[in-house]
Amino acid sequence: MGDSFSMKIETYLDGELSAQEMQAMDAHLRGCASCSADAMAQLHMKRAVKLTGTRYSPSPELRAKVQRGITQEKPVFWQRWLSVPVFALLLIGLGLYVSQTAGSRNRIYSELTDLHVATLASANPVDVISTDRHTVKPWFQGKIPFTFNLPELNGSDFTLIGGRVAYLGQSPGAQLIYQIRKHQISVFIFQDKNLPGKLQLTSGKQLSFSTESWNSNGLSYFVIGDTSGDDIRRLGELLKSAAQS
Amino acid sequence: MGRLVYFSEVPKDRETSAMFAELAMPLFDQLYNFAHWLTQDRSEADDLVQETYSKALRGFSSFQPGTNFRAWIYRILRNTFLTSRTGLKATSVQVELDEAAESIAEAETPESIFIDQSQQQLLQKAIEALPLHYREVVLLCDVEEMPYKEIAETLSIPIGTVMSRLARARRDLRQALQVKLVRR
Repeated sequence: MGDSFSMKIETYLDGELSAQEMQAMDAHLRGCASCSADAMAQLHMKRAVKLTGTRYSPSPELRAKVQRGITQEKPVFWQRWLSVPVFALLLIGLGLYVSQTAGSRNRIYSELTDLHVATLASANPVDVISTDRHTVKPWFQGKIPFTFNLPELNGSDFTLIGGRVAYLGQSPGAQLIYQIRKHQISVFIFQDKNLPGKLQLTSGKQLSFSTESWNSNGLSYFVIGDTSGDDIRRLGELLKSAAQS
Repeated sequence: MGRLVYFSEVPKDRETSAMFAELAMPLFDQLYNFAHWLTQDRSEADDLVQETYSKALRGFSSFQPGTNFRAWIYRILRNTFLTSRTGLKATSVQVELDEAAESIAEAETPESIFIDQSQQQLLQKAIEALPLHYREVVLLCDVEEMPYKEIAETLSIPIGTVMSRLARARRDLRQALQVKLVRR
């Protein structure tokens, strides 16, 4: 057994020799039975210590306690005095308000979708048939309690088909039918104050129809059609520009 | 130990807590195992780990990102233990040899050592019986698989001392085990 090697077996097994020394030790162990047996014995011991030493596990409760301790923020003033029951009541109230608001909004969207579908299914979808906005807009005079601007469509691929009076929540509003390629699009305009809920500024899908809605100058606009969302958005932009003019 | 640790006493913001948890929680099992070996008592290990995490979170701003977090938090755990009643008692046991004069223990001349199941129990008792300075170094090296440099950093001792303590700890374990030599 080479003394210089045997003294380094432990360090070798700990992986702490330099690369050069590791190579030299590898070569030595292949030729020295005594050192090789010694290394094997020490390796067994090292593994046994690892096995025996890994034996204590924390309880799940301790882990949860420490985890909670790390993530819990220091309570601020209002959290200190706000009792759990009060907080629970507030949450319930907030939940009811949110669900009621969302429910009203969903009802409006559903009804407008139904109106759109019913209009397309009708033998007479519009009461005023004209591609001329200067004909369609005046037709609504005296039929609805508000007025609105319609966009100039020259240069766009939208065509105005006509319009009709629609009712939502027993309040009258305007329904305009536009066409792009072979798709028909309804534009509903109602007074905000007469709606059972508030329309959100949003783009989305309703029963796979593309929709867009917004509020402007006390009026709620809702555009719906089976064309792409991009078409619906473009028509929406034209209507928004007209409303500002 | 027995002192309750209230994390709510620790000022922290959400971002700091999240960063700390990301680094510290993966080490939870290992730290607990080490704490148990140091204290040799479940309840004390529970307290030690809680206090370690609380102190570490409180002092997290002093941790330098990019440096060795494991060594940092192990050092906190060990220092917390050393200042506890059990820790003070454990360190009062004199390390027999002057470490400066210690040399790496001569390897025995076993042809082979075979450690079976029944000897694992003996080995556990042998580890428990090791003086603290030897027990911790052999656990950090063989159980936690820390490199010498990290052990030196954790224990705040030179690498040479790590090596000499390791050699001494292993020699003591071999002797305590009355290792059977089995010629293969």
